[in-house]
Amino acid sequence: MKLTVWTYEGPPHVGAMRVATGMKGLHYVLHAPQGDTYADLLFTMIERRDHRPPVTYTTFQARDLGADTAGLFKKACQDAYDRFKPEAIIVGASCTAELIQDDPGGLAETMGLPVPVIPLELPSYQRKENFGADETFFQIVKHLAKPTEKTARVSCNVIGPTALGFRHRDDVAEITNLLFELGIEVNVTGPMGATPSDIARMGQAHFNVLLYPETGEMAARYCEKEFGQPYTKVVPIGAGATHDFIAEIRAMSGSTVQLDDDRLRQTWWSRSVDSTYLTGKRVFIFGDGTHVKAAARVARDEMGFEVVGLGCYNREFARDVRALAKEYGVEALITDDYLLVEKTIEDLQPEMILGTQMERHIGKRLGIPCAVISAPVHVQDFPARYSPQMGFEGANVLFDTWIHPLVMGLEEHLLHMFRDDFEFNDAAGPSHHGGAVQHAKPEPETAPEAATADNVIWLRDAERELKKIPFFVRGKARRNTECYAAENGVFEISVDTLYEAKAHFAR
Amino acid sequence: MTELMTPPRSGGCRNAPVLKQRGQREVFCGLTGIIWLHRKMQDAFFLVVGSRTCAHLLQSAAGVMIFAEPRFGTAILEESDLAGLNDAHAELDREVATLLARRPDIRQLFLVGSCPSEVIKLDLTRAAERLTQQYAPKVRVLDYSGSGIETTFTQGEDACLASMVPVLPTTEARNLVVVGALPDVVEDQMLALIDGFGIDTVHVLPSRTIDSDIAIGANTVFALTQPFLGDTHAALIRRGARHIAAPFPMGEEGTTAWLTAIAAEFGVSDEVFETVTSAPRRRARQAVAKAAETLNGKSVFFFPDSQLEIPLARFLTRECGMTALEVGSPYIHDAIHGPDLDLMPAGPQISEGQDVDLQLDRCREARPDLTVCGLGLANPLEAEGLSTKWAIELVFTPVHFYEQAGDLAALFARPLRRKSILGVAAE
Repeated sequence: MKLTVWTYEGPPHVGAMRVATGMKGLHYVLHAPQGDTYADLLFTMIERRDHRPPVTYTTFQARDLGADTAGLFKKACQDAYDRFKPEAIIVGASCTAELIQDDPGGLAETMGLPVPVIPLELPSYQRKENFGADETFFQIVKHLAKPTEKTARVSCNVIGPTALGFRHRDDVAEITNLLFELGIEVNVTGPMGATPSDIARMGQAHFNVLLYPETGEMAARYCEKEFGQPYTKVVPIGAGATHDFIAEIRAMSGSTVQLDDDRLRQTWWSRSVDSTYLTGKRVFIFGDGTHVKAAARVARDEMGFEVVGLGCYNREFARDVRALAKEYGVEALITDDYLLVEKTIEDLQPEMILGTQMERHIGKRLGIPCAVISAPVHVQDFPARYSPQMGFEGANVLFDTWIHPLVMGLEEHLLHMFRDDFEFNDAAGPSHHGGAVQHAKPEPETAPEAATADNVIWLRDAERELKKIPFFVRGKARRNTECYAAENGVFEISVDTLYEAKAHFAR
Repeated sequence: MTELMTPPRSGGCRNAPVLKQRGQREVFCGLTGIIWLHRKMQDAFFLVVGSRTCAHLLQSAAGVMIFAEPRFGTAILEESDLAGLNDAHAELDREVATLLARRPDIRQLFLVGSCPSEVIKLDLTRAAERLTQQYAPKVRVLDYSGSGIETTFTQGEDACLASMVPVLPTTEARNLVVVGALPDVVEDQMLALIDGFGIDTVHVLPSRTIDSDIAIGANTVFALTQPFLGDTHAALIRRGARHIAAPFPMGEEGTTAWLTAIAAEFGVSDEVFETVTSAPRRRARQAVAKAAETLNGKSVFFFPDSQLEIPLARFLTRECGMTALEVGSPYIHDAIHGPDLDLMPAGPQISEGQDVDLQLDRCREARPDLTVCGLGLANPLEAEGLSTKWAIELVFTPVHFYEQAGDLAALFARPLRRKSILGVAAE
């Protein structure tokens, strides 16, 4: 048993729903108790979908358990086929149905439905949502895709986008366009937008573009083995990664078409003098492995931030993210424990968080700005406007969305100089956000404790001086000073210690 | 009672045939009730013993995440718990110990059963007894089931309140217990009205903290403010208390009927009743009339969701001039819903339970002006040109008693007004 307050990922059958809902002409018959239908609202409300997810739930109740839940499943399966006439059906169990062991796959097989029926084994008590999506798409590809001749012109499949994915809709448009400019046709994009008959002809492509390893890597590996299709390893988030991705595509396709990258404004925006104030901003990065890896590179190499910590919630990427953390000289935080992430952020006191909707709330509580870079998603992660994360436009979007939460350059100086102005001050937060920013967390009271070897205290004057430092760097100053004091065996922090530390950490 | 409250001449709906279908039920499970109960009971923690799905439901159901550290959590069962490698009770004890150490402000702990915990027959009642002994008197530990195989949406609150009834102290005194979780502001209004009647021994269940002096006995009478409290109703009767049957306090008329039943029970004079209620009644009528301009003459179709459907349909048909085409409820209890069914004009199809696909067919066929349904159906139906009101908002918004009657009507009017503002052609 493990106590959980908030979860970064849903159960694996929600991953299967993301695949089914992204596709067309596919239906998912899910053996599940009533209540599990809540998952529909993720798609209809958060993503604002105008259709119900193509999922039929058996919604068994306690009284059915002593009777015939298997019969209930078969009836639901038959009714779903008769009503929706899908090209293919996936069947599986949610966590409770897994316990009653009705074997939906075996039951559906005996029914003689005139369409392919694909059984899913998604262990609810071991795995999570991303695995569910990855495994489901893999099973669909394995059952439906057949070896065939390659297309005459160079073509590729785009693999990984699902329903309820973080910016998948716009990433697919951006990358499809980029591939088109390189003279490469997209054969099939899937799961999002594909029908079962599209999946059947995936083997025609010359190679695969894997946009989201979380939800498409198993399928990409399978296609590599079965159809001789190599797949891309670079995820094109950020300017540098996009250039690397283009190079990788050229190597796979032989394309030599010259690309016009005038649209990439991010590089100049970053170099322009106004952005100087971004230099060395201390950021903490957390999300799914793929987005964190990409964000770390953008943060350090393209924005000039300092990465002070990073991590991911999906254990499948622990090894990659640990290696990355080593490269950045920080410790990787691999956890799906929200409270631990919060604690880490509180300890690190970064000036900014690049995280998920969960970290956005942590940031709100701690008064630290946050930009969202990864799922889990919220209704605001499905903007009406075009807003990709990938490709050249994606790099532009990253620049805008990451600096938006911050206090801007000159404003930062003014806050340093006149911090007691009654309307333009510390607690008011960045002026372009209106007056709503609340810093609910009071400054910790430190006075009553006595100084000991493992406990450093702030003298009253130093505490007062610290409060003159604007809120967005105060955490850093406190942390640096305490660090400096500890390293130098100082137990009482005076105003002098504060400035000694400032000089020590000057950059 | 006013002339308005007379049963309809065409006859009510109490004896109307009820359509019962079995199929996919597009409803929440009882765990959802934790979303409002944990805010209502300020010293309570709700520990769901369940799966990742339960945790995911809790953070998704409200449509928003409540990130102030919530007073609920899920002890997620893992492979080793199911395979019998771990002693589930020892695991639970450990999680509870950690939790209570971190939250010393917690005085009541509810162990909440889920589908998986019920299927593996994890005995939470035994666990609650053991933990109560361990943590008494500081913390009281109770258990109830919020599982989808046992409960539908608001039945979770019912199960929670019912679990508290047996442990309430006994009294021989005559008292009134008002049952059902209401927003604090509404509860205060309600108590002020009853206080105005001169009834002074009033308790509410659930109370805001464990320290309330609520007690039950043979001289207790109780009134329900929520129509989904069937098990709590039965548990209170088992303790010897008597139910004051009445329509539910939604809308001016419903509130007046509900208060009238209490006034009659306590022998409140017509004069006092009039003094206490006349001003808020007038305000309520005024406020409802405004929203009713939009609703008058329109038709409404209810998908089953919270068991609030019958009182709401009674309100919309009698006070807002709407026509009900179908009124679906997950469950119908005659003792609880009867008074509202008596007042609702005959005509609508009353349905209990659900086969969602067949019901959607009926809804599309009927093309109501307004469809009240769950979040999973709302946008798809809007996309088909039907106006919808999400049912869950009716549970999360203050809608009871006089001062909220106008807000309640406005909740239904808003989707229609919005459509006309946006210039979407009425279907």
